[in-house]
Amino acid sequence: MNALRPVLVDIGTVCTEAGSSHRLAMWVACCLGITLLLTFGSLIAGTSSVETSLGWLLSPDAQSSVILWQIRLPRTVGAWFTGALLGLSGAIAQGVFRNPLAEPYLLGTASGAALGVTISLIAADASLGGLAWIGKLGVTGAACVGAAAAIALTITLSRGVIETASLLLAGIVVGFLLSALMSLLLLAKPEIWRAMQIFMFGSTDFLSWSSTTLLAIVFCVCLIPALLLARGLDALTLGEDTAQSLGLSLPMLRLTLLGVVSLGTATAVGQVGIVGFVGLVAPHMVRETLSVNHRQLLIGAALCGGALLQAADLLSRWIIRPEELPVGAVTACVGGSYLVLLLWRRSRDA
Amino acid sequence: MHELPQALPPALSCRDLSVAYGSRIVFEGVSLDIRAGHWTAVVGPNGSGKSTLLRTLAGLREPHTGSVSLQGRPLSTWTRRARARCLAWLAQSAGATELTASEVVALGRFAHGGWLAHRQAADDAAIRRAMVATGSLSWARRRLSTLSGGERQRVHLARVLAAEVPVLLLDEPTTHLDPPHQEEVARLLREQALAGVCVVSAIHDLSLALAADRLIVLGRHGLVGHGTIHQALTGDWLSVAFRTRVDIVDQQGVRLWRPALETVSGLGPGAPR
Repeated sequence: MNALRPVLVDIGTVCTEAGSSHRLAMWVACCLGITLLLTFGSLIAGTSSVETSLGWLLSPDAQSSVILWQIRLPRTVGAWFTGALLGLSGAIAQGVFRNPLAEPYLLGTASGAALGVTISLIAADASLGGLAWIGKLGVTGAACVGAAAAIALTITLSRGVIETASLLLAGIVVGFLLSALMSLLLLAKPEIWRAMQIFMFGSTDFLSWSSTTLLAIVFCVCLIPALLLARGLDALTLGEDTAQSLGLSLPMLRLTLLGVVSLGTATAVGQVGIVGFVGLVAPHMVRETLSVNHRQLLIGAALCGGALLQAADLLSRWIIRPEELPVGAVTACVGGSYLVLLLWRRSRDA
Repeated sequence: MHELPQALPPALSCRDLSVAYGSRIVFEGVSLDIRAGHWTAVVGPNGSGKSTLLRTLAGLREPHTGSVSLQGRPLSTWTRRARARCLAWLAQSAGATELTASEVVALGRFAHGGWLAHRQAADDAAIRRAMVATGSLSWARRRLSTLSGGERQRVHLARVLAAEVPVLLLDEPTTHLDPPHQEEVARLLREQALAGVCVVSAIHDLSLALAADRLIVLGRHGLVGHGTIHQALTGDWLSVAFRTRVDIVDQQGVRLWRPALETVSGLGPGAPR
């Protein structure tokens, strides 16, 4: 508990840092307020009308209670934790690789998870004898195993985590390789393409309280080491040699934080499929509005990522209601538009 | 000129040091005993390995052959954090970051607390002292990326000073600085040396380097000499290192490098215009 104290104090005192403390506190309050509003919005958004949903909230019966508290609430809370995990992982990846374009899927996790799910669907669909156990892993388990295997392959190819450039290159190679393998399998088994589409575009439809609890636990497990090592990421912004001269162990920092990114991304992908742009855009949104160190950036990116995915989830249910859009398509549109806006603003200010 | 302490042990030493980038040997056979309480300037032509020597002494580059000792102990036996509490290094071109100036300077105290430790009052005092000394306190809350090159350099210098360590290795600490600030830095390094710190700085400005207590002169393939300024001038080490005549003039006790511009056609004082 003593070891956790500084982290807890840091979370509490992050708003009292000199300089940007007031703006940061406003920003955090704003994020939390938006999250609350989005949670309320998600409760009243569905195939039924808003009036009906409001009526359920005011006087719930057995059926409406199940819809509100067992379907809609875990879905939006789960979406928040998924977005928070992706935002946190994105901020860490950008810090570790010292590259603002780094994102959580950089180590090949998305392709690995997609391949894992493809194999699992094929194994579940056909009787494959010795491979039947893969089908029993389920989509979530297969995605996690696939993502973990992709990371292991990336780190093996780059011969460890010392060379950032090698790691990036290995991640790209593994990503392409596993995507190609998945495409080959889909060509051989076109009947699973429909199920794979749901995974590839991302869906919050399957989030339950059990998966939300898992996401919440993993989020806490990832946040604590990330905050403990945040000052190391600050030191890394001064360059690798300077960071080492300050007493930082780069292999330990990279290995721990890439482990955090891998765990967070694999869990998120396992629960909702591949949701792009949240991990890339959330840290930029924080940086654009606040002058922050990594401790503040990590917390900000998690809050922002959570609100972003919640908003995308709500939009995906609202735009063509009563039908739903894939949440990944919405995040891609919103995130892509934001990056274009960012580029336009920077070129205008330059 | 102040009295140099004589009885202090070598803070930093190396024996038969050679460093190579691939098949290219930068320098070889370099042996040095660098004592505490001195400001030592490292000079030499471009590519002679001034920065590489400092990086190797700082433990950031493995030597090809030879060994480095810090306060009498082989550098390899020091833990990373213990070494950072004894030795600070300033890069030739320190990066711009989105951190504020005070956060960058605070990183100088990184090794003084554990991963879980909070900043103590002593850390805050050291940070403030360093920022006051380098004149960087007024932009403490500004992002480093919004500062000019010279301002940034002073912040990085403050970061190194905030560590309050017995050995300072500074690679071109006066880069981007205007002449008055170069003079301030020189005064600061002298003060550090007088306080017992071992200050080693690579400096390409010969006149500024001659304000140091001692010189390490590197040539194309290794050490030309290590000694006092007087020894360096008497032995004409600079001319040997730069493989051209280097004129040093003494103006009221201040030694200055005089460029031989009159030998360049059209630039001499009597040249037709």
